[in-house]
Parts: sequence; structure tokens; C-alpha cells
Amino acid sequence: MPHVTLTVNGKSHTAEVEGRTLLVELLRETLRLTGTHIGCDTSQCGACVVHVNGDSVKSCTTLALAADGASVTTIEGLAAADGTLHPMQEAFREYHALQCGFCTPGMVMSAIDLVQKNPQGLSEQEIREGLEGNLCRCTGYHNIVKAIAAAQDVMHGKRSEIARAAE
Amino acid sequence: MYDFAYHKPSTVADAVKLLADPDAKAISGGHTLLPALKHRLNKPTALVDLSGIAELRGIRREGNAVVIGALAKHAEVAASAEVAAAIPALAFMADHIGDVQVRNRGTIGGSVSNNDPAADYPAAVLGLGATIRTSKREIAADDFFLGMFTTALEPDEILTAISFPIPEKAGYAKMRNPASRYVMAGAFVSKGPQGVRVAITGAGPCVFRQADMEAALAANWSADAVAGIKQAPDDLNSDIHGSAEYRAHLVTVMAKRAVANAG
Repeated sequence: MPHVTLTVNGKSHTAEVEGRTLLVELLRETLRLTGTHIGCDTSQCGACVVHVNGDSVKSCTTLALAADGASVTTIEGLAAADGTLHPMQEAFREYHALQCGFCTPGMVMSAIDLVQKNPQGLSEQEIREGLEGNLCRCTGYHNIVKAIAAAQDVMHGKRSEIARAAE
Repeated sequence: MYDFAYHKPSTVADAVKLLADPDAKAISGGHTLLPALKHRLNKPTALVDLSGIAELRGIRREGNAVVIGALAKHAEVAASAEVAAAIPALAFMADHIGDVQVRNRGTIGGSVSNNDPAADYPAAVLGLGATIRTSKREIAADDFFLGMFTTALEPDEILTAISFPIPEKAGYAKMRNPASRYVMAGAFVSKGPQGVRVAITGAGPCVFRQADMEAALAANWSADAVAGIKQAPDDLNSDIHGSAEYRAHLVTVMAKRAVANAG
């Protein structure tokens, strides 16, 4: 069987895969990184979003072999070694941007890519449009949008910590 | 998915050799092919991944045209300064395909070769009168799109780049299905070296030119000129998302908006 070598969250891995093995299967089943979820499996819901070479992609619609040589970041790779959360994770917690939490890993990964690619800052409408590829079936979008708006200020260095949510 | 062999050639010549096998299929971003394979709608014995072929990359100006390599992702076309300066309507169209993650993986070559009736790119290619460059020849847009999921490409022929003549004016507008984000009806209009062109996607089984609207816009380039032109629903798609009559109505509305967007 063919081999794939890739860097996941800064660590190099080599694994034996089939031609048809999806990136999400490699992450979850071989590397046991189960933070990345499989929701619809039809590239619509975004629960499986990870970063491949800096771009958010749906790992349920990417072949593992197509990621050979790539650098992949998953939800497990965001927090610092001492457990300090990424500003986006911290904002999701502060703004209660989740209900059941199933969509959250994909939402966080999409949100980080969105904020990083828009250093000029995003309006509420632009955040909503940027999340078109992520579905929250609890329909908890309002707080997700608020969290991303708060996180972008910290990620762009405009604030040193996440603005507190209104009581 | 059924299993398959995976090849990643680094030249067009090697890819063409691998695709000589009738059971092999080309893949780039995979956002159409992989869902189809998951549904077992197709059973290739081998996939030939084109994404490692350097000669299929790049977006460049060549005289009075913008030439986009087959592997250009929708996000790259949307963000290209070259495209934004020469054909802003094309950058706008690329920026509104699917969602962010689809735009980060999907490629122009894949979309145009697949010729999905509800895809965006075929409208731009036909509406701008682009030329398709392949591993064998050049094909005019008017001769390329033959029918639903069918193009003039031969099985062992790869789309390598698309040359878009720079228009004087161009605009795009579409109505999306809110769930799938595929086009219900979309219009790409342009006025340029090839005269006035109006291409309609999403509404019928294959992208097509709307001759009545082209004649009206040639006489008077304005949204009002197409407002009274009715598209016949006869050959349009009818499904759970919308009837042929609804799509026919949308064609006129989208053509008006496209002309307004073109300025």
C-alpha cells in the first residue's frame, strides 16, 4: 500500500494508506486526532475543516495521498503546550459560541483562516458570508459571529485579550 | 468509495499517458469527483492527480487576454490582481463559487472540464468567448460545451489553461440554491472584441448563449434592453428546487442584474 508523509500540528508522520483514504480518516483513525469531526461527509457541513498549508479545507473531501508533504493543522494543534487557548478558542468560550459543540472544531478552524486572510478586519456580514461552508444545526450562529468579531481584535493585535461578553 | 490506484505525475505528458487507460480519471481539487465516488456513481481503477504539474499553474496577462492555468483555484482567481484589473467580473464570479473551502480546493480546469449544468465557470468561459487550451489543441468556447457534463475534451486530453479576451465591460449575476450553493440561474454578459455575449448557466442542461438578449444589448447596452425579453422554458431544467418556468423567469432577472453589475 502507498505511504503518505505529512506534518500534523508540527509533528511529522508517515502512514500506510489506501488510494481512497480520506484525509479526515487518516487524522481520526490512524493518528487518533478525533477533534476533527465527520458530519455530512458530502463537503457541505464543514465539521471536518482543517488547515492544509495555511488554507481551510474540508478534510472529508481531500485524499490523504493528496496531502503528501503538506503541513496540516487540526483543532488539537491550536492551544499552546501549557494549555493556553488560541484567541479564537478563548473567544468561543467567552461568548458561549457553541451549543452541542459538534460543529465547533470546524467553525474554529474556518474562523481562524477567515480572520488571518482578512487583516483589514471583517464586518458582521463578512463573517457570516465567510462561514457559509460551516453549518451549525443548533443554529447558534449569533454567538459564533460575536466570538469571531472579538477574536479578530486580539489576532490583529488591536486588543491584548478577548473583550468580555456582555453579562 | 471503491479503492483505486493513485498517481501524481509531474508533467502533462506523463498525465496523458496515465489517462490513456479508459478506467483512469483525472482529479485536481476533487470537490466534484470525490463526492461522486463516495456515492459510487463512478468506479475508476486509477486517479491521476494533476495538482503536481507545474506547467498547469499560473495566472498571467498575454497581450489582450488573461491566461489562467488549469490548476488555478477559485480563491486564487478571486484574489488575483491581474484578473481584478483586467476582468473584475471574473474575479467577482470566482469569489462567489460555493463556499470558502470549496474555493480553496476547486480549480478552474476541473470546473470547466466537468461542465456541471449548475457550475459558475462555464458561464464566464462562454460569456467572455474564451479559448480553451488543451494538451492537444485550442478550442473556442462556442465549440467546447456540448451538453450536460459533456465537453469537446477527448478522454486522454487535458485542459491546460483558459485564455480570456479582456472585454470592455462584463458582469455576472446568479440566484443560488441556498442549500447547495449551486446556480439556479446565472447570467454572464460581456461586450468586447467578440461583440456582445450573454451566457446562461444553471437554468438548462448545459450553459448556452441567449441570442435575443445579445441582439438587444448590441443595440442598447442597458438593463432595460433585456428586461422585456422572455426566455422560453421549453428546454430548461425542472426539479424540486424550481420549475422550468421559474428558471426561465430568473434568466431575465439575472441578465438584467448582470448588465447592471457590468456598468
